[in-house]
Amino acid sequence: MTTVTSARRLVRDPRAQFGRTVTDILDEDLSTALVWAEISGRFFGGAVRRHPDRVVNVGIREQLLVNVGAGFALTGMRPIVHTFGTFLVERGFEQIKLGFGHQGLGGVLVGGGGSFDASRGGRTHQAPGDVALMDTLPDVAIHAPGTAAEADAVLRRAVAADGLHYVRIVEQTNTESFEDPGLHVVRRGSGATVVAFGPLLDEVLEATVDRDVTVLYAHSVRPFDAGTFRAVLTTPDVVLVEPWLAGTSARVVSDALRDVPHRLLSLGTRRMELRHYGTPADHQRAHGLDAAGIRRSLESFLDGRRPGR
Amino acid sequence: MDNIQRLLTLMTGDEKHDLASYSTLDVLRVLYERVLDVAPGNLDDPHRDRFLLSKGHGPAAYYAVLSDRGFFPESWLRDWGTFDSPLGYHPDRNLVPGVEISSGSLGHGLPLAVGTALGLRAQGVDARVVVLVGDAELDEGSNHEALELAAALGLDRLTVVVVDNRSTSYAVPGRIAERFATEGWQVATVDGRDHAALEAALTERPTGVPNAVVATVLDREEVAA
Repeated sequence: MTTVTSARRLVRDPRAQFGRTVTDILDEDLSTALVWAEISGRFFGGAVRRHPDRVVNVGIREQLLVNVGAGFALTGMRPIVHTFGTFLVERGFEQIKLGFGHQGLGGVLVGGGGSFDASRGGRTHQAPGDVALMDTLPDVAIHAPGTAAEADAVLRRAVAADGLHYVRIVEQTNTESFEDPGLHVVRRGSGATVVAFGPLLDEVLEATVDRDVTVLYAHSVRPFDAGTFRAVLTTPDVVLVEPWLAGTSARVVSDALRDVPHRLLSLGTRRMELRHYGTPADHQRAHGLDAAGIRRSLESFLDGRRPGR
Repeated sequence: MDNIQRLLTLMTGDEKHDLASYSTLDVLRVLYERVLDVAPGNLDDPHRDRFLLSKGHGPAAYYAVLSDRGFFPESWLRDWGTFDSPLGYHPDRNLVPGVEISSGSLGHGLPLAVGTALGLRAQGVDARVVVLVGDAELDEGSNHEALELAAALGLDRLTVVVVDNRSTSYAVPGRIAERFATEGWQVATVDGRDHAALEAALTERPTGVPNAVVATVLDREEVAA
């Protein structure tokens, strides 16, 4: 396991971990700045007091949020830019495309909430399309940590690196942490290869417990670790399980296997609006992303059974 | 013929093209000739003054002024807009020495300037940040997010120059200056062709509040009318 820091303060909740890790980073590295927009302020209190010039709350101004971060980058600093994923990526997308991408600037965009955290909040606070949207831009590193420890490791690496990074912080977590980037071989089998991104690994492991399949896991969504993927592939049956829009990573599998005849099943959130509230678990189930739903999809794809509900 | 006019002619091929058709030209000349501490020799100096052209369309005057100041050779001007030219119809900071931001889509320069001013302040750098916007560009709501925050955070190294050539479709007389003043900016409205007045307004550095200069420029048709 990579040692990413000497004095890590880990908590259980990835969002609280984000606050703690970014506060430590701001204390340690004078070239960093945090730009935020009213959201998550309770996690940043100490940093706001200690570094008033490097920790800037722009108010409820998300277009400005992104370009203020880019402005910090224009002066040579490393900005960390944060609000809910939907307001960060979707409302300010042209600011990301032009303010960071077209200017050729780097920074770490940290979007909270993902697809399910705001299950009671409705469509306005859910961002199932954030990864797909960020993936339209060249050379963006996309991270979806599945535990607080992964969030800590990912954030520290992203801030220390160059270029533009998007870190997706959500409340759902996996049991086990894999702190290094790239694909991790969680289980090896002789049949299909199931790739789990972010906090869906526990569901995938439960859904495949009695199957002879390979299970791969990554929190580094882009760049995709095509090398490991090809190296472990046995039967060319591939299942992608992503906690955001279904099919988002189909293109990287397609690229990785352009010379290999293969079948691909892309699981993820469906395109339709649920228009239901309830818990994150309710939403995962409604999108077929709980263990039972994933199992049903696998039966249909691998065993030729008709999906029955 | 003055050198800027000669350089513009290289781009347009039209010797009769009236300088008055370039609404930004006088502001740009005053900035580069009299106000900004930025030159080809200090482009890597973190303490250099920053000029951000937010209104990136119609950059001929900008390119002419930059070439006149020696940022790039005038030979670049002849084939601007061609496939291999660094000079597009909107400027790209990654291609053109001296260009601080890539612009074109309106409403990005002022927010970027606010971030730049904050980044310089956090590093203890006292340089000026000057951003040029158009009056119609202020239609974009992103500017209003930025001008509110700039005043709230007292960014007194920031200057916005609004080249007002009355191009917005829904103008309200005096609105631009009032908008900035309401938020607490220092505001001056000057003749955008008057170099002495522009220099005086652009070199203002009020303490604790940002500086806005509304440079009124009537185009040829309006002058003739």
